[in-house]
Amino acid sequence: MNPSIPRPYPPKPANAYLFATCLIDQFAPQAGLDTVSLLQREGISIHFPEAQTCCGQPAYTSGYPDEARIVARRQLDLFPQAWPVVVPSGSCAAMMRHHYPKLFANDPVLYAKANELAGRIFELTEFLIHVVGFKRVDVGGSCTVALHTSCHARREMGVHETSAALLAGLTQVKVVRQARAEECCGFGGTFAMRHPDISAAIVSDKVASLKESGAQRVVSADCGCLFNILGRAEKIDQSAAKGTPSLPGEHIASFLWRRTSGGEA
Amino acid sequence: MSQNQTVHFHPAEGFAERSRAAVNDAHLRRSFRGAMDFLQAKRLSQFPDADELSALRDLGKAIRLHALANLPDLLEQLEAKLQANGIQVHWAETPDQANAIVLDIAHRHDAKNMVKGKSMVSEEIGLNHAMEVAGIEALETDMGEYIVQLAGEAPSHIIMPAIHKTRQQIAELFAAKVPGVAYTDNVDELIRIGRDVLRKKFAAAEIGLSGVNFAVAETGTLYLVENEGNGRMCTSVPKVHIAVTGIEKVVAKLEHVALLNILLPRSATGQAVETYQNFISGPRKPDELDGPDEVHLILLDNGRTQAYADVQLRATLQCIRCGACMNHCPVYARIGGHAYGTTYPGPIGAIISPHLLGLEATYALATASSLCGACVEVCPVRIPITDILIRLRNEAQAASAGKLRGGGRARKPLQSSIWLVWSWIYGQPWLYRIVSWLMSRGRALAPSNQGAWTRSRTPLNPAPQRLRDLLRRPASG
Repeated sequence: MNPSIPRPYPPKPANAYLFATCLIDQFAPQAGLDTVSLLQREGISIHFPEAQTCCGQPAYTSGYPDEARIVARRQLDLFPQAWPVVVPSGSCAAMMRHHYPKLFANDPVLYAKANELAGRIFELTEFLIHVVGFKRVDVGGSCTVALHTSCHARREMGVHETSAALLAGLTQVKVVRQARAEECCGFGGTFAMRHPDISAAIVSDKVASLKESGAQRVVSADCGCLFNILGRAEKIDQSAAKGTPSLPGEHIASFLWRRTSGGEA
Repeated sequence: MSQNQTVHFHPAEGFAERSRAAVNDAHLRRSFRGAMDFLQAKRLSQFPDADELSALRDLGKAIRLHALANLPDLLEQLEAKLQANGIQVHWAETPDQANAIVLDIAHRHDAKNMVKGKSMVSEEIGLNHAMEVAGIEALETDMGEYIVQLAGEAPSHIIMPAIHKTRQQIAELFAAKVPGVAYTDNVDELIRIGRDVLRKKFAAAEIGLSGVNFAVAETGTLYLVENEGNGRMCTSVPKVHIAVTGIEKVVAKLEHVALLNILLPRSATGQAVETYQNFISGPRKPDELDGPDEVHLILLDNGRTQAYADVQLRATLQCIRCGACMNHCPVYARIGGHAYGTTYPGPIGAIISPHLLGLEATYALATASSLCGACVEVCPVRIPITDILIRLRNEAQAASAGKLRGGGRARKPLQSSIWLVWSWIYGQPWLYRIVSWLMSRGRALAPSNQGAWTRSRTPLNPAPQRLRDLLRRPASG
């Protein structure tokens, strides 16, 4: 795994799978719908295997590899056609692309399967830039946003530049850079639960730097980070008895879709 | 003398309490944030070309892998070459053995005064305490180490031991602890005070003790870098020089040092080169004016062979102790080095400490990471730190003890049951469908108190309809 080495990208396909992630399925379905809208508009038929659940990362990073394998094993059979698998999360994409082969390293048959699947896992923004060649006109009004890139998107998938490139293509959107943009938001899955004080300290700093950036909203290609950042910002608003959110935010798929579909000014 | 009161590391068990205290210490947070920002920027300025840096890191990793792949042979070669150069070689399996060797040498010379260059291995073995018990004054001469020793503390960073202290705190410390010194927070003045004290000690000490950055097997050379000149004083003024180091610090060839030292100072302090580079190749020869009469090297195991024996964990020993991982760690930046409770803090501390102290006592450190990978990104020898952290989490919670000391001891029945149930739900699509449907339907019942999550955040509640429900509806545009 070395994100500095570019991977080969296929031509734009007629069909692709969506692995939506458990967080989007259960907690942020709009991001999933907007992902489908973005891709279908480009003439790609999107297939959502109903049997999908979770990539297995929560158990994998918490020290329960057997439990992670049970769940990951189920996802290996979901994508029988050789189509690309688009994942609207850098973190879950990294799990499937980089960690699945390690997880099944001791089983030659499953390892081969995991390796084959890993080769066609694409994080949404890299897919839009490198495979789709996304070029849509920004029809929204002017606004200022900050981009938060998840650590796994940045350091494991090496796709932080594709999120930035998508935003740069929106002519009415001004992207501001928050201080320490590369730093973790403090989520880290079960880390946020196991070390709540440290996690809270990190996310409080992240919220502060995003607010100081002057951005009207934050966008990210990872829902885990967004729940953490927005949940912290909301809590701060509540204790300050603020009605309107001081730091709204959304998944980059939703932002892109709204800006390029005329859904909202 | 009261200066010999350096605190031995505490057991790592109270990590949660110490880290909570640290994040609530506004002063500590400011100190570390400022220092980390400064060090990150300095490092980056030394590596303007990302491709070149990447190639250098490949080279650094290859050199360290080569050394570890040949470790037993290289250590034997090193011993033979050192002995041929007149350097006496000692092997220590435990901290106690290492201290006993130092004491034995000290007693043979009837030594009462030791000056020390900066050495994390000496911290690891609790050398200052062992000397104090034996009635020997072991004085730190690196300015940062001198400060933490005066304060009765342990280093909070492996390269910058007193990074947690402000100028004013140091000024107060000097005024209180150094005889005849009035309060001044002028940095130049503080350094002059320290230097005055230390100069006299260098002249009086019978023994100089130092660490080693790299030990070269091919030539029998001990390589030591530093910025203050105190390391050169410690290794050349006293009659006896004792170097202590871990067995992993050996490299095959002298030219490997030249390559690794492109990475070391740039990654550590953002310097292109250290002020002092010492190549120690033996005691004073008859025709030479300066140098010690005796040079000793103590090679310490202290659990390193446990890491060495495992094909994945062996990568831990690639470390060249630059500290870049802690300088870029979001957790270290928030809690500082003392909260870890171990000699080595930060990401490298989390992965090396289990071998030194056992996994049971140090497991909390392996969990204290969001696995963000900032450390992996900057490690000059490409240690896969996050993969190793995950492995340690696995070993600590495994159903059987495994090969690591203290393995399996962090397993808790309730927690493993939760993950088992989780794997049933997410491992059976039909069950997941039912459970997630119930969660969506019952979202009004979602608790507003979600434990640790809602202490700092608003509750995370399921959407009224899942994505799979929405996708099943006929497309409406």
